[in-house]
Amino acid sequence: MDAKELIARRVTKELHDNMIVNLGIGIPTLVANYIPDNIHVLMHSENGIIGISESPKAGEEDKDIYNAGNDLVTAVDEAYFCDSAASFAFVRRGMIDLTVLGALQVDEKGSLASWAIPNKWMPGMGGAMDMVSGAKCVIVAMQHTNKGMPKILKQCTYPLTGKGVVNMIITDMGVMKVTDDGLLLTELAPDITVEQVQSATEAHLIIADNIGCMI
Amino acid sequence: MKNKIMTAKAALAPIKSGDTVMTGGFFDGGSPEFLFKNMEGHSARNLTLITNDSGMDGRGIDKYMHSVDGMISKVYINYIGRSSAVQRMLKENPDSVVLVPQGNFAEKLRAGGCGIPAFYTPVGVGTVIEDGKEYILETAFHADVALVHAHKVDEYGNCYMRRAAKNFNTLMAMAADYVVVEAEEIVPIGSIDPDLISVPGAFISAIVKIESEAN
Repeated sequence: MDAKELIARRVTKELHDNMIVNLGIGIPTLVANYIPDNIHVLMHSENGIIGISESPKAGEEDKDIYNAGNDLVTAVDEAYFCDSAASFAFVRRGMIDLTVLGALQVDEKGSLASWAIPNKWMPGMGGAMDMVSGAKCVIVAMQHTNKGMPKILKQCTYPLTGKGVVNMIITDMGVMKVTDDGLLLTELAPDITVEQVQSATEAHLIIADNIGCMI
Repeated sequence: MKNKIMTAKAALAPIKSGDTVMTGGFFDGGSPEFLFKNMEGHSARNLTLITNDSGMDGRGIDKYMHSVDGMISKVYINYIGRSSAVQRMLKENPDSVVLVPQGNFAEKLRAGGCGIPAFYTPVGVGTVIEDGKEYILETAFHADVALVHAHKVDEYGNCYMRRAAKNFNTLMAMAADYVVVEAEEIVPIGSIDPDLISVPGAFISAIVKIESEAN
């Protein structure tokens, strides 16, 4: 199992029946591939679809049914289509049970930076600020480091997407929960040690008493 | 009854230098591409644009508006990842590009279309867009002109915006003084079920039939 699949599969353990979920681009999108058949999850897409589904078959594309990445998709039978104000009313109102996002940086207070590297890369925040503010639970799913450089820091240095908004971080090295005392390392990836995770992490990790395995 | 049906060039002629212009669509979804194409050669300069994204590099709004010398002097936007013209604006004059979180952006439009001058939102607290309060005061968007896309429009201007192509089109059509709608199909009055009208014709100033050979 490669690192991305490991992360995506671990995220699915946080899914429960009847949840409404929004997936960000990158690794979070892969989560949709591993949802167990016995769990019904409605996927929200911020461009105005509550109930997004897989890619259309050839010849069945509909130009008005697309996701926030501009790819044509399909909708489930119970889907709802709405304008952008209603789509974000849904988010702000707290109807999204879980959002899964990538990150440039996350810190030990649960702050998230994901939309800009000053003077270098500034695509804009899109709907990410709204999503982390409104969703009931925010999971960051990402590679633990960026080419060996820690992404889990004492304090984010890039412009924030949200302050103290992240509940859980799932990486290719382990699972961390954001607590009032700091980051609690609760699970390890196969063949990874606590020491390896800590040395790839700038933030201090609190180690759970009964540390588990991600798979 | 006033005839609102006209050519794209005639519908776009009232746009004058210095105007604020809203443009609907979410990347390709529900984007008024035919109106963008007909902005080619337009003499208006120094426009302020209110738009979700910057479109796709080298076509549509990027080609016919963002990239035209002097046409756009300011942009309110939330995602500029795909337009090098807007990236350049941001680099040369950071104040000319104002990033607004997507849900706040939609709500500013909704407020503008509903006669609400401002509202408080929790989105963006603790980020660079914060103004020091626990809730952020956002003011409504209002524009001189809106360019929007609809699936069907009747001869009075009643619009049916379909599926996820509603996005910002419904909101912008209510938040500007002069509203141009491009229609995939123009139909006789009475042929759209009144329960299915996305925007009432009272808001619409000009109706343009999309000519497929010009796309």
